[in-house]
Amino acid sequence: MYDFAYRKPASVADAVKLLATEPEAKAIAGGQTFIPVLKQRLNKPSSVVDLAGLGLSGISVSGNALTIGAMTTHAAVARSAEVKKAIPGLAMLASWIGDNQVRHRGTIGGSLANNDPSACYPAAVLALGAVVKTNKRAIKADDFFQGMFTTALEADEIITAVEFPLPVETSAYEKFRQPASRYAMVGVFVAKGPAGVRVAVTGAGQNGVFRVPEMEAALAKSWSPDAIAAIKVSPEGLNSDIHGSAVYRAHLITVVARRAVAAAA
Amino acid sequence: MAFEGIGASVKRREDGRFLAGRGHYVDDMNRPGQLYAVIRRSDRPHARLRGIDTAAAMAAPGVVAVYTGADIAADGLGGIPCGWQIHNKDGSPMAEPMHPVLAIGKVRHVGDPIAVVIAETKAQAKDAAELLAIDFEDLPGVADLRAAAAGGAPLVHDDVAGNVCYDWHIGDKDAVDAAFARAKHVAKLDLVNNRLIPNAMEPRAALGECDVAGNYTLSTTSQNPHVIRLLMGAFVLHIPEHKLRVIAPDVGGGFGSKIYHYAEEAIVTWAAGKLRRPVKWTAERSESFMSDAHGRDHVSHAEMAVDESGRFLALRVSTLANMGAYLSTFAPSVPTYLYATLLAGVYKTPAIYAEVKAIFTNTVPVDAYRGAGRPEAAFLLERLVDAVAHDTGIDRIALRRANFIPADAYPYQTPVALQYDSGNHEVTLAEALKTADYAGFPARRAEAARRGKLRGIGISTYLEACGIAPSQVAGALGARAGLYEVANIRVHPTGSVTVFTGTHSHGQGHETTMAQLVADQLGLPLDQIEIVHGDTGQIPFGMGTYGSRSLAVGGSAMVKAMDKIIAKGKRIAAHLMEAAVEDIEFKDGAFRVAGTDKSKALAEISLAAYIPHNYPIEELEPGLEETAFYDPKNFTYPGGCHVCEVEIDPETGVTKVVNFVAVDDVGRVINPMIVEGQVQGGVAQGIGQALLEGAAYDANGQLLSGSFMDYTMPRADNLPNITVGTEITLCTHNPLGSKGCGEVGAIGSPPAVINAVVDALKEYGVRHLDMPATAEKIWSIIQANRPKMAAE
Ligand SMILES: Cc1cc2nc3c(=O)[nH]c(=O)nc-3n(C[C@H](O)[C@H](O)[C@H](O)COP(=O)(O)OP(=O)(O)OC[C@H]3O[C@@H](n4cnc5c(N)ncnc54)[C@H](O)[C@@H]3O)c2cc1C
Repeated sequence: MYDFAYRKPASVADAVKLLATEPEAKAIAGGQTFIPVLKQRLNKPSSVVDLAGLGLSGISVSGNALTIGAMTTHAAVARSAEVKKAIPGLAMLASWIGDNQVRHRGTIGGSLANNDPSACYPAAVLALGAVVKTNKRAIKADDFFQGMFTTALEADEIITAVEFPLPVETSAYEKFRQPASRYAMVGVFVAKGPAGVRVAVTGAGQNGVFRVPEMEAALAKSWSPDAIAAIKVSPEGLNSDIHGSAVYRAHLITVVARRAVAAAA
Repeated sequence: MAFEGIGASVKRREDGRFLAGRGHYVDDMNRPGQLYAVIRRSDRPHARLRGIDTAAAMAAPGVVAVYTGADIAADGLGGIPCGWQIHNKDGSPMAEPMHPVLAIGKVRHVGDPIAVVIAETKAQAKDAAELLAIDFEDLPGVADLRAAAAGGAPLVHDDVAGNVCYDWHIGDKDAVDAAFARAKHVAKLDLVNNRLIPNAMEPRAALGECDVAGNYTLSTTSQNPHVIRLLMGAFVLHIPEHKLRVIAPDVGGGFGSKIYHYAEEAIVTWAAGKLRRPVKWTAERSESFMSDAHGRDHVSHAEMAVDESGRFLALRVSTLANMGAYLSTFAPSVPTYLYATLLAGVYKTPAIYAEVKAIFTNTVPVDAYRGAGRPEAAFLLERLVDAVAHDTGIDRIALRRANFIPADAYPYQTPVALQYDSGNHEVTLAEALKTADYAGFPARRAEAARRGKLRGIGISTYLEACGIAPSQVAGALGARAGLYEVANIRVHPTGSVTVFTGTHSHGQGHETTMAQLVADQLGLPLDQIEIVHGDTGQIPFGMGTYGSRSLAVGGSAMVKAMDKIIAKGKRIAAHLMEAAVEDIEFKDGAFRVAGTDKSKALAEISLAAYIPHNYPIEELEPGLEETAFYDPKNFTYPGGCHVCEVEIDPETGVTKVVNFVAVDDVGRVINPMIVEGQVQGGVAQGIGQALLEGAAYDANGQLLSGSFMDYTMPRADNLPNITVGTEITLCTHNPLGSKGCGEVGAIGSPPAVINAVVDALKEYGVRHLDMPATAEKIWSIIQANRPKMAAE
């Protein structure tokens, strides 16, 4: 990696100030994406601003929302009794990210800010109609994801928490892994909750996570695997690489969605 | 004391230090004043180098030197030599283009080293390497074997017409043609043996040093330090052997990829001499992907002629083998003498003819990788046998049995040069089928079908050749190296023993197995024995470890050296006990006068040998240390039967290996636990090749699978419980009777896996499928054949 200054602010305000004043400063959370990027010299920050000391981790349920702090690790989400109870699909999703080491470092905030087109969390956040809280504002999931590796976040904006509306009647995540990286080649989160019936797909789309309205409509009428078994997704706009063509991914979306519904039933 | 000799599953003595993080690897070594080398590599598959501007890099902080191919040439260094010469059908030698240490004029593959930057810190060297201004003129490249072999393809080397390194053949073409003419059936098959990237856990590293007297030391991640000393010293750097020491300390896996002499070894050694400071280079993982020699990469057409009863009459094979951009050390031998000579397999096919064209492409050089040629042969043959069964309707097991070389036909001369010494294929087959409950398979298939899964079972009955030898024969076939092994056994005055072996352990557990062998023969406890390897400054000139040779060849050298120790010990004992030499017996660590209770322990004899006060000094030299060089009379021939059971999810095409049984004949087993571990690891790699792994290049030669994000290594959850068994016949020509176990797993398993996948898909009309059998590939086949099924 290139040389950079390491900064460890003690408050969200200080962190934001550092990010705002230094145009080449970058935030670091769990480092599970960012450190490999630095090691490959694909990024040359002037400073790396560590978000670890800002008190942003933790999980709480209050009234009609489950709130997960941005710095909460995947492992913490996976084992949280509250998450398992309120949104079992979310705990399931977190438990399947990467490996044990990755899950103990990687964070929900980092994953969402990065918006890797094959990351898992975006599917849950979109399907559950969650709200991404930042130091400035609350951004609805529908507005947050803006294409691959692109979000609504501004340069001096950090995610502080993610709020999932409750009650979620049912939810599940099903993941078809890219065989080498084990990221999602096709990941589908299905949910029935305050945001309605939603089906969100990650891994497959060239522009990142997307919803499948036809499936949502069918599931709204009848929440069953069979209701969507015949719904085909067009390969247009889907990824194609050495691991799977767009046609194959399109096929997998239906299979994976059906299995997710079965798991949620 | 627990039994520790031959046959005991002693826990690996080396694992304590590995598990505690106390292994000592090249990158752990740091010397005062050490500099760091970073290699700037080509990111283009094929380009002319119009110029390299080093000024900015030279001026960067901490930079001590920047060298390019021109500097290497100016110092008169040689190219990287090739250790095996193959001759064409017409008797002319293969094309052997210059393999420069640093690129000269052109780069020929992604990863081709262009320049080295040497600086005080690694970060400074990396920073400066980015400042090298390289003026490339991109040229069209070619990565695919068939494309490179076709007329009009871009030329990797301007002076190698048609990209053909050699066009070689073996066998009796006329006899084969005649047999095909009278055959009842001919089964034909086109196969690809997929290119693999080795990925040893420890990346390659090299540390060069030169002292004030001009003595050089290279510490390197090598499987064979003496081979490196010879190749690098004599051919590249022109440093005489007495001035060059090569150390290969703990090495974290090799699988073949650390046999070869690599440019970085020469670069750090040469630079250490020029700069008179230690220079270290350590590969990053992404460098390993584009600079460690890759494996396999064959495209073949095979035909088997069969009579009405299913007897094999003749085999005809035509193979294209990818050499990559340059000839790696042993590359030419792999698709010839380690491949085509194995095409008889376990069958008494009377006539075989194979032709092999080796082709240059704009890819990383290809060389031996766990199995080296034999997996390619086993895959081709065991797939072809299943294709014969498919075409003729003869049961695949009955077909194999009908064509097996019977146990009583050994020694058996194949039509492709090799003479097998021993084996019993019926026994390994029967045991494997029993262990795998082959008979119960139809019920399991039906049960899987009820769950919507396609279940298949596949077998392979393979044979391979280890401990490549003898030297004279290999020399006649083009080897430029000897293939013996050496052991030096030093019995110390108080009776403990240091064994210096020319083999090298990089995961195989030699420090345990070899100590057990010596303990058994000399009647000593294990803790009295130390195995030393990997340092040309300590050990005699040995050939290292590859081709599962260490026990069969290196262990045999130890037996020969111990024989000399015992013979000398008997003469000392006879003197001390005032008996005739013929009356002395050696047993359980003691020399006894036969028929009496007089005896002397080995330690008493060694003490007398080093303090020769009462000693037959007129007849015997003092000391108790012996060396034996052992040149085997033949290869050894392990073989066996692998049975694989898979389940395919027809909706996604995902294959799960649900059961795997390997019953191998590895000859005498010293440590059953280590053998099981070796077989398990080999099978894991074989399953990896069959289902997951595959180096991907675009047509031009850009590497698409350049990291673990895209290159699928097998992981624990890709693997079933692997049941390993052994049913041995002894090797008849070495004193141990051992054959070798390091590669059998990777050789026998890929065809078993693919035969199982094809079996699972048989209702879809599938007869063959290339590796890796990825989910999409299988799903596409299922899609394509669905209508056919519905119509039937
Ligand atoms: C081997 C491996 C396997 C993986 N497998 C999967 C998988 O299967 N599924 C999956 O979804 N992911 C996977 N990941 C990615 C993992 O989930 C990462 O942890 C995650 O993508 C990034 O989170 P992080 O906390 O590590 O963020 P970092 O790497 O620290 O940061 C990532 C980016 O987000 C920015 N950032 C971080 N936190 C904030 C914040 N609070 N506000 C604003 N910007 C912020 C950083 O500036 C940086 O640009 C894998 C990673 C590895 C190494």
